[in-house]
Amino acid sequence: MTVVISVPSSLDDQTFEQVLEQLAPLPADAKILVDARYTTWASPYGLTALLTLAQTREVKPLFQGPEKDDTASYWSRANFFKYAEELFEMHGKVPGLRTGDSGALLEITPVSRSDDVHTVVERIQTKAAAIITNNLHLESRAVMGFAMTLSEACQNIVEHAGRGGWVAVQNYNYRKRMGRQIVQIAVAGARRAPAAHRPLGRRHRHRGRPAGRHEPLSRPWPRPGLQGHQGLRDQVGRQGRRAQRHFARGNRARMGR
Amino acid sequence: MNTARHTIDVCAVLRSAVNQTYGNLLTRPTGMAVRHQIERELAAIREGGITSLDFSHIGMMDYSCADEVVAKLLVLLENDDPTRGGYVVFLGIGEDHLELVESVLKHHGLALVCMCDGSPQLIGAVSEAERRAWEMVRLRGRAAPAELADEFGFGEDFVAEVLDALSRRRLVRRASGAYIALGAVDAVQ
Repeated sequence: MTVVISVPSSLDDQTFEQVLEQLAPLPADAKILVDARYTTWASPYGLTALLTLAQTREVKPLFQGPEKDDTASYWSRANFFKYAEELFEMHGKVPGLRTGDSGALLEITPVSRSDDVHTVVERIQTKAAAIITNNLHLESRAVMGFAMTLSEACQNIVEHAGRGGWVAVQNYNYRKRMGRQIVQIAVAGARRAPAAHRPLGRRHRHRGRPAGRHEPLSRPWPRPGLQGHQGLRDQVGRQGRRAQRHFARGNRARMGR
Repeated sequence: MNTARHTIDVCAVLRSAVNQTYGNLLTRPTGMAVRHQIERELAAIREGGITSLDFSHIGMMDYSCADEVVAKLLVLLENDDPTRGGYVVFLGIGEDHLELVESVLKHHGLALVCMCDGSPQLIGAVSEAERRAWEMVRLRGRAAPAELADEFGFGEDFVAEVLDALSRRRLVRRASGAYIALGAVDAVQ
């Protein structure tokens, strides 16, 4: 049986919890269909988290993309479909690969080796400098802080994720709503659960409960060693379940004014 | 005493040790590769000499890489046989990098001498007494504890102790009962 996982119409770090809640009762080898037909907006966090979700599944999940053309077009320009096609079994209309400007500071980019971190930082350096100094009106020193944050967050994938991960960076003009511009860095990686998190599932089994049935939906994750990132807020969390086997992990950092 | 000066261009090391196209010091493995090559070059040329590590051509640097290249190199020097000598002065650490390097140094309780605007500066984790003694030696170029005792306001033994500690950390050079600031090598000749 295939279980349908509905993606919220607006997908970001908050609403991705709804996806995790639907996944919570399912074992990692359950067949799932990730239904994003009615999704009209996604943040970099949402898109990278969807790819990470696919990496954590033992059976290749099905995927149905947004019905709205402009949403699908943006996802395509953000490189989502480029990588989703490798991780999901695609259903419905899949937009062709588009190379137009997505407006993102950095389109979704895979990170699995140290070299990838260099590539990511070097690709983003010039664009980031322009936005940070011209749009955010921060000191040029902030460019260094930004690149450093990005580099360290990506290194966490290389050092700690077992299956590689993803990074995407977008800048938003929230002047009307919040009176400011922000840059959002999304870094997500899939990894095996640390040994310390495994006994819970076994304990439940000892009590005769089905494995994982009563596990929390998300668990606190040790903060990564992102040192020297003063001034930038990073949030770590959103662990997918089937916790005793695999985790999806997302980091998000925002800066803005 | 060997007062020969050598310069190691860190960007050239980065390109030769890791990748011809890189200009940024990023990631721990990159830092490790760069440090290993610097260590090899230092082993070949130091024996009491002063080596300048030139960061002028480095674009960006992250914490992990600074930790590998700067902190671990200093730990190695501090733990090396003091009779072998071997001093390192850092060049071209711009304002953008300075905060990061200081943070790495303070995390490990380390300090280094950095040439800023043509004059040596002490950055990192040092006590007030160490900083003061270091400044006094820097201004004189060369000084013995007895010369500094009055101005320092403590006895000669105390000043000698502080200067010895700086010398063990390779922040000043010791020569014939006097101490020499790293940026003032000419004073010894």
